[in-house]
Amino acid sequence: MPEAPPDERPALHVEHLDVTYGRALSALRDVSLTVPPGGVVALLGANGAGKTTLLRAVSGTLRLHRGAITAGRVRYGDTSLDGRDPVAAVRAGVVQVPEGRRVFAGLTVDENLRTGGLGLARRKPSQVAEARDRVFALFPRLAERTRQAAGLLSGGEQQMLAIGRALMAHPRLLLLDEPSLGLAPLMVDRIADVVREINAQGTAVLLVEQNAGMALSLADHAHVLEVGEIRLSGPAAELARTDAVRRLYLGDTTEGAA
Amino acid sequence: MTSLLDDLLNGLALGAVYALVALGFVVIFKASGVINFAQGSLLLFGGYLTAVLHDDLGFAGALAVAVLATALLAGALDRLLLQRGEPDPRMAHVQTIVTIGVDIVLLTDLSRRIGGDLLSLGDPWGDSVVTLGSVTVADSRLAAIAVSAVAIAAVFALFRFTPWGLSLRAAAEDTEAAALMGVRLSRVRMLAWCLAGALAALAAVFLAAFPAPGLERTTGQIALKAFPAAILGGMASPPGALAGSLLIGLTEALVAGHQSDLHVLGEGFGDVAPYAVMVLVLLVRPTGLFGAKGAARV
Repeated sequence: MPEAPPDERPALHVEHLDVTYGRALSALRDVSLTVPPGGVVALLGANGAGKTTLLRAVSGTLRLHRGAITAGRVRYGDTSLDGRDPVAAVRAGVVQVPEGRRVFAGLTVDENLRTGGLGLARRKPSQVAEARDRVFALFPRLAERTRQAAGLLSGGEQQMLAIGRALMAHPRLLLLDEPSLGLAPLMVDRIADVVREINAQGTAVLLVEQNAGMALSLADHAHVLEVGEIRLSGPAAELARTDAVRRLYLGDTTEGAA
Repeated sequence: MTSLLDDLLNGLALGAVYALVALGFVVIFKASGVINFAQGSLLLFGGYLTAVLHDDLGFAGALAVAVLATALLAGALDRLLLQRGEPDPRMAHVQTIVTIGVDIVLLTDLSRRIGGDLLSLGDPWGDSVVTLGSVTVADSRLAAIAVSAVAIAAVFALFRFTPWGLSLRAAAEDTEAAALMGVRLSRVRMLAWCLAGALAALAAVFLAAFPAPGLERTTGQIALKAFPAAILGGMASPPGALAGSLLIGLTEALVAGHQSDLHVLGEGFGDVAPYAVMVLVLLVRPTGLFGAKGAARV
């Protein structure tokens, strides 16, 4: 909640995490990573590498997919998040923006934003209005369409709404799952700017992306996930220079060809 | 033959009561993807409680207890019986079948208690009527319209203005996204069942009141007429359920009022009319009147 002193912001620790779906399909093995307070960490990897699974383990939605943490821990500061429900994560200040935006199409923009605070304990109308004003300052486009059904927004606007909805819960750590997916390059730049701004306001970000160029330009630190295991880790700028990342994720064919 | 105005008023009263039950179907379906076949026996349970308690508590007290108890029973049914194991939307079909079993158990026990009796619920309207110009209408019918209108308005206000209503509508559109926002799915769901139970207990009063002879063990079957009303409306749409219920109620009253003109269709066509209307509407609009997108659930 807003009254927490900024210096005591917690870090997210994922330690030696194993995740299994349906008791048989191993999706993550011995995955460890840390998101420091106020930091931006990128998680790269191909389809099926386990990126979304990691976010589910943090946000508590594994159960909805018949998945479970079989080893390891997820901690946010002093709060243990493994095996907890999504409400626990939201209350701890960890909020996920799902892949593919997933706005509530039949609800208005305003109602979508109001869903963003549903996990928090009773809030005063003034607090909700304040949060909404912050979202509108970030996305003026949404302010013009509050009464419109979310399903009628463009893809970029829906992504803005999905991020804005999550911001309504005052997250201290935002989990972003492929925010650039299916967006035009201009809109991807716009979303990147917004993520930068959200981070500048003090919110840590764990960014899952296939668009490695965008992700590495935003992140301080990055990890590459391959078939459920972390293959590469390091400062984002350094990773962007390694051959493997250039070849596999940045579409650079000239340098790594040898 | 009765006058058209008589039929319309009767139809409105019937439709209003069906709407209470149909809204129960819809709110449960929206929240859990389950079609609650036990709605009829929940209604009978509420009516039975009102009937046995009204001597001691008075009508209002008995009704209040019955509404509360039926709400709790429905909520407990969902929480303890249906919501077992992992939350999984694909289980809705299994849970629907479980409600059939629950219906049989509840109905059997209530039938045993009621036997062949006709129970009075002790409602204050009795068999008195008012005459408005050329139209004579039973007090109980007017009460049904008025009370249902208030209850329905309250339900719509709940949907629209409360965090629970917002949670329900969000979860019905996208369960996982709602969970990520911190919506407590199991609680939202259980409260939906409670609401449906309360509405059913309320509906029981008007189904047992004059001109019906009282509460009997078959009163719960009336819920089956609200079922086509809910389907007509698109199953996941509260306004649809309301429209469907009024359509069914008016049809039934008009057919019953003009029975003599319709004898080619055979005796008792009024009982079949709701289903005939449902089939006709679904032929033209397979997703129901308001079901264009709502029916995509499951």
